[in-house]
Amino acid sequence: MKFPGVFTLFITDKNTKPPAWKALINLTIIIGAAALMVIVSLKRIDVKLDYSFLPGVTFRLRKGFEMTLILSICSLILSLLIGMVSAAAQNSRILVIRYLFMGYVKLIRGTPLLAQIYLFFYIIGTAWGIENRILSGILILSVFEGAYISEIIRGSYLSMEQQQIEIGMAIGLDKAGILREIIFPQMLARTLPALTGQFASIIKDSSLLSVIAVTEMAQTMREISSLNFKMFECYFLLAALYLLLTLPITYFSEWLERRFGYEN
Amino acid sequence: MRIKLDNLTKNFGSQTVLNHIDFEDDFSTLAIIGSSGGGKSTMLRIIASLLEPSSGQVTLDGRAAGSRASDQLDYRRRLGFVFQQNGLLKHLTAMENITLPLIRVHSYEKEAAVQRALQLLDRFGLSEEGSKYPSELSGGQSQRIAIARAIAPNPSLLLLDEPTSALDPEYTIEVLDMIRELKEEGRNFIIVTHEMGFARKACEKTMFLHEGKILEYGESNELFSNPQTPALRKFLTTLLEWNVRQ
Repeated sequence: MKFPGVFTLFITDKNTKPPAWKALINLTIIIGAAALMVIVSLKRIDVKLDYSFLPGVTFRLRKGFEMTLILSICSLILSLLIGMVSAAAQNSRILVIRYLFMGYVKLIRGTPLLAQIYLFFYIIGTAWGIENRILSGILILSVFEGAYISEIIRGSYLSMEQQQIEIGMAIGLDKAGILREIIFPQMLARTLPALTGQFASIIKDSSLLSVIAVTEMAQTMREISSLNFKMFECYFLLAALYLLLTLPITYFSEWLERRFGYEN
Repeated sequence: MRIKLDNLTKNFGSQTVLNHIDFEDDFSTLAIIGSSGGGKSTMLRIIASLLEPSSGQVTLDGRAAGSRASDQLDYRRRLGFVFQQNGLLKHLTAMENITLPLIRVHSYEKEAAVQRALQLLDRFGLSEEGSKYPSELSGGQSQRIAIARAIAPNPSLLLLDEPTSALDPEYTIEVLDMIRELKEEGRNFIIVTHEMGFARKACEKTMFLHEGKILEYGESNELFSNPQTPALRKFLTTLLEWNVRQ
């Protein structure tokens, strides 16, 4: 299709990267429109954003930010382990193990994290004496994210071409060699971008741990806003702080996808 | 190279693909022909020890694949295998595809492996392709690199499973030319192929597999000019139906 004159500013060819200046014009328009929408909305309900409280709360914010980071990183490591075990276990020849982990993945993915947090913390946590909220939080979050990671890993294993493994046999590699030289690198390339994306989810999901009073970023912000009644200011800031963490991760994930994109 | 098949049988479920085959002969280059589903690829895979027979065994120059994993590994390491298509490891460049087995399996030093790979790439006119990934190669280039990888450790026998059947005609020629070159330098190979001209002119012996049995076997020229069984005559006539020269 041919577009007349000025429209070409907004059009690019399929599957090609637009030139930087074109991208800039279009991005400016979108960001401008979004900002305008926010400003107009705030005007209509007569709110003026006032961030004069910030200097007084930076210490608490930093603590909350750090806690979110700690929760996320610990959960990432633990959920990776759980996910790997669960993915392998679903292929197990021992049926008790196979069904246990199939049930685990279905149950966790089919129920809201909020319910899991309450139930785990107040029933299992209380019954077995796990009273440390941070530890509980990390455990709950890891079990939750582990189910998703398990599916990422399982899907990536299922998409392995059988012939790639046969090639390994044909060139004389033993089982360990096939695992190390073929299955592992090919699965890594396929899984890493998705896993990185999942890390962004972990960061966001950790905000729900505020309901059991873990003072991470969301809980910190909730406490601050309940003292100064600056709801809008606080939640805009909260969103921005999460973006600060998740955006770089998203870009990193996209970069990994290109870096390992040997199949295209 | 002496090959011996003892009572070789392969069943897939209730289907018998190879049916109690006994065979023994010396050959340097051997073509296996026959209609699709006749058990050609199955036989080649069993010879390569990529597939275990339901019963019976294969012996090459007096050595059987055995049933222990470590014996099979030793056995496979003396062979080279070329798949019908997509036979390269996708996460490695052409060069790495050749050097990986040399380094990991045949205990070459990295330097020596790279030297060997460069030499083969150069010899087969593939120097430009060394740093490319399989997804960037044409079908013919992929196949020639797969062959280079298979011969790099100097295997005692090369096995080729329909190496040209997924290729366009012009690529078929370049791959067949390469295999003929290997013959001329004295390499032993078994090729499963639909290229009757190649089987006849470039392979010392030909074996016709039909319904799980070796129906005919002999010197290639003799077998093609003098088919003994109705099945082979019918097979050859069918193949020649659209031949330009008829």
